[in-house]
Amino acid sequence: MKEDIQKNIDPGDVAGSEIHEFVTLNVGPTHPATHGVFQNVMTMDGEYIVDTEQTIGYIHRAFEKIAERRAYYQILPLTDRMNYCSSPLNNTGYLMAVEKLLGLEIPKRVQYMRIIIMELARIADHNVCNSVIGVDTGALTVFTYMFQDREKIYEIWEQVCGSRLTTSIGRIGGFERNWNEKTWTLLRKFVKEYPKSLKEFENLLMRNRIFLDRTVDVGAISAEKALNYGFTGPNLRATGVDYDVRVTSPYCSYEEFDFIVPVGTTGDTHDRFMVREEEMWQSLSIINQAIAKLDAMDDKETFNADSKAYVMPAKEKVYNDMEALIWHFKQVMGEIDPPKGEIYHAIEAGNGELGFYIVSDGGRSPYRCHFRRPCFIYYQAYPEMIKGNLLSDAIITLSSMNVIAGELDA
Amino acid sequence: MFIINQEIVELTSEKLRQHFGEAILTEEVEMDMPVYTVKKEIIVDLLRFLFDDEILRYRFLTTMCGIHYPDNKQQFGVIYHLHSLENNQRIRIKTFTTIEDITIPSATAVFAAANWMEREAYDFYGIQFPGHPNLKRILNVEDMDYFPMRKEYPLEDGTRQDKNDDFFGR
Repeated sequence: MKEDIQKNIDPGDVAGSEIHEFVTLNVGPTHPATHGVFQNVMTMDGEYIVDTEQTIGYIHRAFEKIAERRAYYQILPLTDRMNYCSSPLNNTGYLMAVEKLLGLEIPKRVQYMRIIIMELARIADHNVCNSVIGVDTGALTVFTYMFQDREKIYEIWEQVCGSRLTTSIGRIGGFERNWNEKTWTLLRKFVKEYPKSLKEFENLLMRNRIFLDRTVDVGAISAEKALNYGFTGPNLRATGVDYDVRVTSPYCSYEEFDFIVPVGTTGDTHDRFMVREEEMWQSLSIINQAIAKLDAMDDKETFNADSKAYVMPAKEKVYNDMEALIWHFKQVMGEIDPPKGEIYHAIEAGNGELGFYIVSDGGRSPYRCHFRRPCFIYYQAYPEMIKGNLLSDAIITLSSMNVIAGELDA
Repeated sequence: MFIINQEIVELTSEKLRQHFGEAILTEEVEMDMPVYTVKKEIIVDLLRFLFDDEILRYRFLTTMCGIHYPDNKQQFGVIYHLHSLENNQRIRIKTFTTIEDITIPSATAVFAAANWMEREAYDFYGIQFPGHPNLKRILNVEDMDYFPMRKEYPLEDGTRQDKNDDFFGR
C-alpha cells in the first residue's frame, strides 16, 4: 500500500488506478497528541500522509530581543523557559557560556555539583519523553508511574533553588547558597530508589509486543540526512552517529567521569526510545560517581567561584562590611564592564547540542545573544520523516523526537 | 574551551586563501574559535568547498544567525558556525551586507538545516536569501510589516497607554 501511494500521487491519474482523494487534516496547535503548541497541516490520502506543512511560533516570546536589554544575570530566567522539561540544563549551559566570556575559574566542587544537577535534569527530560511515547501508543499508566520519579527530582531542585519547574538554578560563578542537609538526604534516597523504578518502567514497556510493533521501523531517518539536517542528541545517536558534546568538547569536568554513549542503528522510533532509556541509566551512574567524588573531597563549603566582580557577596556581609556593600552595588548597577568579544559555548542538553552565541560590546547586556536550540533545528526534518506513513505513526514519530514547544520558539 | 586542532586550522586557512584569495577579508582566532570574514558573493561556494574537501570535512552546520550593526556601512551580517565532526574543529564564518542590497545567497543547497535558520534570520532582520525554497516568516505572524530584531526597533511598544514606568528604573 505504501508503494502504491508513492507511485500514484497524482489524483488526476485515473486510468487503471484507484482514485485518490486528498483530505487536509489540521493537527492543530492545541491538540492532545502534539505535546506542545505547534501546528501540522497534513494532506492525507486516507490514513497515509502525503505532505505536511508546519507552523511554529505560537509560543515565541522574543527571548533574543529581550536578552539584548537585560544584564547577564537577568537573562538566566529566560533560559529556564526554553526546554522547560529540563530547565537546569539550559540554566547551567547559559551560565557556563557567560563564565567563558568573563574568564571565570570555577572550583571543582561547584563543577561536580553542577554535573549532578544537569544529569538529574537529563533523567527528568528523558523520563517525560519515553513515557510520552508510551502514552501515544496507548499505554497511559507508565506516564503516571514515571511522573512520581519526576516529583522526587522536583523536590531536590526545590531544596537547591526554591522552584520545581522553571528553576533558574545557579548564578554566574556557581550557586546562590550551599546545599543543605535535606538536599543530600533526598539525593541519596533518589539514587537508591530510582533503579527499581526504571526497571519497572522497562518491564512494562520495553519488551511489550504491541509497543514493539508500533515503534520498530517507524519514522526512520538515515545518518547522512540527519547530519545534514543538523540533528544532535538522542535523535542523532539513534541513527548511529556517536556525537555527544560531553565527549567531544568536555566541559565542567566531564572528562573525569566514566560513562557510555549509547548509539542506535536505524534511527527509528524504537532506537530513539532505547537510546534515551540507556542514557537514563548512564546519567544515574554519573550522578553516583559525582556524589562519591564530592564525599571524598575535604572541602564541603565552596559553592561559587572566588570572584568579587561577578559573584554576589553573601547578604550578611553586604549589611555589615563596607567592601561587600560596594561590590554588591557595582554589580547590580552595572558598573563592572565585561570584556568585549564574542564566544560560542555548547552543552549536551536533553535534546542535543544547546549552544549559546554571545556577542559582547563591553556593556551591561549582551549586544547579541543567540540560542542554538536543537529542537528548532531538527524539527525541520519531520515532514520528510513521515511522508508516506500512517497518521498514527506520525504522532509517535513526533513524540519520540521530543519536540518541546518552548525550545522550538524561544 | 574548545581545543583548537592547529593542523586543521592552518590547512583551512591555507586552502581558503588559495581557492578564494581576495574574498577572504579577515581571519583571526577569537578566544577558542577561528573566525573568517568573507565577501557574501562567494559564501555558498565557500560552504560547498569546505563541505566537499576530503580532509577538512566541515559537514555540520551548527547554527546560523543574523546580526545588525547600525553604525557600520555593511549593517547586516550573517554568522555561520561550522563543525567538522571527524577533526573535531569548529569555525565561525561571518559575512556582511549593506541595507540597500540586503541579500545573501542561500545555503540550503549545501545544508538542509539552513532552511529554517534562514527563515529565522529573514523574520528577525529582513535579510533576503535568494535560492531559498520557502522564504517566509517563521516565528512571528505573517502580516507583521517590520523586522523586530533590528536595533532601531525598540524592545517595548512605545504607544502603550496602560503602563506608567516613571517610577520604575530602567
